[in-house]
Amino acid sequence: MLKILKYSFFDLIRSRWSYVYLLFYLGLGSVLLFLNNDLSKAVITLMNVITILVPLIGTIFGVMYYYNSKEFTELLLAQPIKRSSIFIGQYLGVALSLSMSLIIGLGIPFALYGLFQSDEIWDFGLLLVTGTFLTLIFTALAFNIALYNENKIKGFSYAILLWLFMAVIYDGLFLMSLVAFQSYPLDSFSIGATMFNPIDLSRILILLKLDISALLGYTGAVFQKFFGTGFGLLISIVALSLWVVLPVLNIYRKSRKKDF
Amino acid sequence: MNYRNLHIIFLLITLLVNAFAKAETITVCASCQHTSLSNAITAAQAGDTILVKKGTYKEYNIVVDKPLTIKGENFPIIDGEDKGEIIRIVSDNVTIDGLFIINVGTSYTSDHAAIRVVRSEHFLIQNVVLEKLFFGIYIEKSNNGKVYHNKVIGDAQDEYNSGNGIQLWYSKNVEVSNNIVQKVRDGIYLEFSDDILIKDNVSTNNLRYGLHFMFSNDDVYTNNTFENNGAGVAVMFSKRIKMFNNTFKKNWGTAAFGILLKEINDAEIKDNLFEENTVAINIEGSNRIVYSGNDFIRNGYAIKVLGACYNNTIEKNNFLYNSFDLSYNSKLNDNVFRDNYWSNYTGYDLDKDGVGDVPFRPVKLFSYVVNKTPETIILMRSLFIDIIDFSEKVSPVFTPDNLQDLTPKMTRY
Repeated sequence: MLKILKYSFFDLIRSRWSYVYLLFYLGLGSVLLFLNNDLSKAVITLMNVITILVPLIGTIFGVMYYYNSKEFTELLLAQPIKRSSIFIGQYLGVALSLSMSLIIGLGIPFALYGLFQSDEIWDFGLLLVTGTFLTLIFTALAFNIALYNENKIKGFSYAILLWLFMAVIYDGLFLMSLVAFQSYPLDSFSIGATMFNPIDLSRILILLKLDISALLGYTGAVFQKFFGTGFGLLISIVALSLWVVLPVLNIYRKSRKKDF
Repeated sequence: MNYRNLHIIFLLITLLVNAFAKAETITVCASCQHTSLSNAITAAQAGDTILVKKGTYKEYNIVVDKPLTIKGENFPIIDGEDKGEIIRIVSDNVTIDGLFIINVGTSYTSDHAAIRVVRSEHFLIQNVVLEKLFFGIYIEKSNNGKVYHNKVIGDAQDEYNSGNGIQLWYSKNVEVSNNIVQKVRDGIYLEFSDDILIKDNVSTNNLRYGLHFMFSNDDVYTNNTFENNGAGVAVMFSKRIKMFNNTFKKNWGTAAFGILLKEINDAEIKDNLFEENTVAINIEGSNRIVYSGNDFIRNGYAIKVLGACYNNTIEKNNFLYNSFDLSYNSKLNDNVFRDNYWSNYTGYDLDKDGVGDVPFRPVKLFSYVVNKTPETIILMRSLFIDIIDFSEKVSPVFTPDNLQDLTPKMTRY
């Protein structure tokens, strides 16, 4: 598996798109910092960008990589290598190279700007952790979609639809259900509903840092416990980890049974 | 007849001599003639100074009934042993300086205080340290005095059995300055007290309000710091208040505010700093207030308007990174917003005059939604919310459409 991972990883590292992605974050980070002249404001803007953009790139890249390397995969399958190592290796190769582009691309401008001397370092660390989680989750979901769909066009559309659903539609439905059932106690429901969407989860992690003062304005014991203590952070991290583990397990299961 | 006149003259002379006689100093210490403060006060003449040496004095219900200066040397401890009130001042021109008073008795029927001033003028209470108290310094129907440079450290646990740090009741023309008040119920409490100057105080970690006043007009508050109080600062039913250069910080909680304004008219709130409060300013039924030069930084809500607020002017403030800059619960607006700097402003300035070319709408649709259904706060900063906020910005339906800052600043003040 490590060999496959290494191969995929270096293959991607050499590819043009990884550089474009890296340069994009490098550019975004520097522009934000040198225009704003304010670390905390730059972190806030980046958080908004990351919760939307990282999932999009993760899904598209994952699906694209799977379809592009299909011939190579079939070649590998003819060799005496475990199937799970082929697919998990490829998945980790994509996810890790994307995460690395993100971490390096954002890390360099912030480090140059003097991140280590400021107290924004925890917020920034949280930003990178959420970004990495989102990459891992959405690349895994993309691999799942690709494994289930032989048809490239279908696979791509499902991938984009998945992103659109998680990023926008889910929250719309969520908001509508909250407004429709506003006369019922909704705190447990609303916290529960965020657990089913990794983008919402990472958003909550960010809110816990940035908007804690506004969140504490709402009177509700469940909210108070969730947002007011370390409990919320813990639950969100656990849920995000589950979101990584479950799709990866499914890749493992599906790849063992799939006909090529 | 002559003899009688002589007698009167003699009497007058003795009186005069007495009055002009150099005030005596009476010393209180364990081995002195007077071993307790109450004894010394009984023995003292009006105008005397009582010097209390370092030591512990277990006394309570000390009544100061003549103009005296009571001075502590190296902070002598007056220990009330939780039995009741400690010092009661019932005479004009009393000075209390440099005492360390502990263990004030808790009572549910009378407000025991460490130092209570009753119907007296020209009092001065300074350099006093109070610990383990019920009420701290209680000024009752007393005018023209000064409470200066005291330290009140409470250990309040519950609101129902704790008292206030510095309380003024029906008092006028009092200066409360340079005090430190911590961990009591209300740090500084005023009721029916006019023309009070409150400055340079630090009121932190109190159970309820850092500063609380009602029915007190023409008061001035400057350079105070209110931090991490249970519910921030509450200002109610008062007129012509001036609040300048104060700091309101980290008042977090479901009912916590930087300042809560209720029925406040003709006030001026200038150059204050509001940082990381759940609600920086909560306004209800308050008219003709000028807010200018304030910094609102990283608050949940910078200004939350609950209704019946007319003719207020909000100008030249900095609104920086608040979750919500402004929340309104109605479609009606009679307040003026101008020349503010909004960090959320996304407009441009083509003519380079430092003023944005498009107006800024501080009320977002999302704040309206959160008012209706509070649980939706969990969707904050979601892309979907940004989209609906944008569409509301383009054509306001739910938020007041005349509420806008026509001259938003491009750079912060």
